[in-house]
Amino acid sequence: MLALSACGTTNTSQPRSGAAGITGNVTVFAAASLNESFTRIGKDFEAANPGTTVTFNFAGSSTLATQINQGAPADLFAAASPATMKTVTDAGNGEGTARTFVKNQLVIAVPEGNPKGITGLADLTRPGVKVALCAEQVPCGAAAKQALDTAGVRLTPVTLEQDVKAALSKAKLGEVDAALVYRTDARAAASDVDGIEFPESAAAVNDYPIVVLKSAPNKAAAQAFLSYVLADRGRAVLTEAGFQAP
Amino acid sequence: MTAVRQRRPGTRRVPVVLLVPAALGLAFLVLPLAGLLVRTPWASLPERLTAPGVLTALRLSLQAATIATVFCVVLGVPLAWLLARVDFPGRRLVRALVTVPLVLPPVVGGVALLLVFGRRGLVGSWLDDRFGVTFPFTTAGVVLAEAFVAMPFLVIAVEGALRGADTRYEEAAATLGAGRWTTFRRVTLPLVAPGIAAGAVLCWARALGEFGATITFAGNFPGRTRTMPLAVYLALETDLQDAVVLSLVLLTVSVVILVSLRDRWIAAP
Repeated sequence: MLALSACGTTNTSQPRSGAAGITGNVTVFAAASLNESFTRIGKDFEAANPGTTVTFNFAGSSTLATQINQGAPADLFAAASPATMKTVTDAGNGEGTARTFVKNQLVIAVPEGNPKGITGLADLTRPGVKVALCAEQVPCGAAAKQALDTAGVRLTPVTLEQDVKAALSKAKLGEVDAALVYRTDARAAASDVDGIEFPESAAAVNDYPIVVLKSAPNKAAAQAFLSYVLADRGRAVLTEAGFQAP
Repeated sequence: MTAVRQRRPGTRRVPVVLLVPAALGLAFLVLPLAGLLVRTPWASLPERLTAPGVLTALRLSLQAATIATVFCVVLGVPLAWLLARVDFPGRRLVRALVTVPLVLPPVVGGVALLLVFGRRGLVGSWLDDRFGVTFPFTTAGVVLAEAFVAMPFLVIAVEGALRGADTRYEEAAATLGAGRWTTFRRVTLPLVAPGIAAGAVLCWARALGEFGATITFAGNFPGRTRTMPLAVYLALETDLQDAVVLSLVLLTVSVVILVSLRDRWIAAP
């Protein structure tokens, strides 16, 4: 709370003239599923704007939202679901309205080679098939529930993980036979898991909103990073990672 | 508060250079707990406490921590005895190895457990093939994770007690013809019982609070592997107040146990 009132008034140096004048550190709180693509975009952004550094905090969106609402000093928040974003913007912590920048869809991640021969959601209920889901409280878990409900599949997972990367790692290690994760996560871990598409995931597409935070210590650079994500270069990285355009 | 008992060096003027950092240290440790109490939603406390899941997690936590402590006592006391009473080559190395889990981040412990006791782990794959037993995602996995992290506390406490105990009683028993096992059972154990109890309490408290190794190795499923610390973490996702209430329960349980046992077993000399 101290930090909130201490900064914010002075020091926006020049108004934005192209990419010039942007310096300092940008702190981005981003959903775990954005890890690989945002890390790459961050590197590109730093290269394009000498004098800037981008620091990321990747975690489950809801954890990040809680941290932000408790006053964590962040510039930008990218969530994996509008509902999670809403908890931040409803608390008055967003600068303006959040905008959707990508969409993501679930796939079934299975250990490489698909030892249990899984082809769709119905296979996950077979006896002896261990499944990891995200907890319903986090976006990937909410999406999984919706997809399973749509398919009319009732399954008992062995674990409800805290974020999508934790669910993925259980499949990578072969501790579970399948995990419902985002397409982008399965693609990022292609050397360890196979991603199996299933039709019902269309019923549970996640919109990813992004917003500059009201208490952002470095608002100018935060705006610049946001623009960079939305521009062609950022979009190309996101598309390559498996995200869909909004 | 406790300085009163010692007469000789105590109670004279306490130097300010020591008093100030000591007071700050105390405040640093106590303030967060006070904050928890201040932010507790007392009005809605009863309904939050009786919400489904809270009791389940609490019961699971108490059960798992207790079983883990029993496990640690059964294996840890003999280990401590070995370290304190038997002069074998590499004893210092063994002692160092025993304390590794103490300084290891618990998440690393969880990963290590997965690599050994996981379904594809060194031991785990054999257990799965031969007996169809797997640890991850089971309550047994929680116990294993907690025991891994908590056992060093017990071993260190018991070894300390053994070293502090007067060995003349054991020597007397030996000269009277008692074997080592009889001496251990009839003389050593009663002698260091308070030390074992103190170690067990520490071990239990550490097991109760275990989070990192548990969530990594055993996963997170209500009634099976979701212990109180995991429930707190998950509650943070949606409802801070719920997380505060759960933390308060955990805090209360720990304080009650420690206070009720402190004077008997782990009182300061």
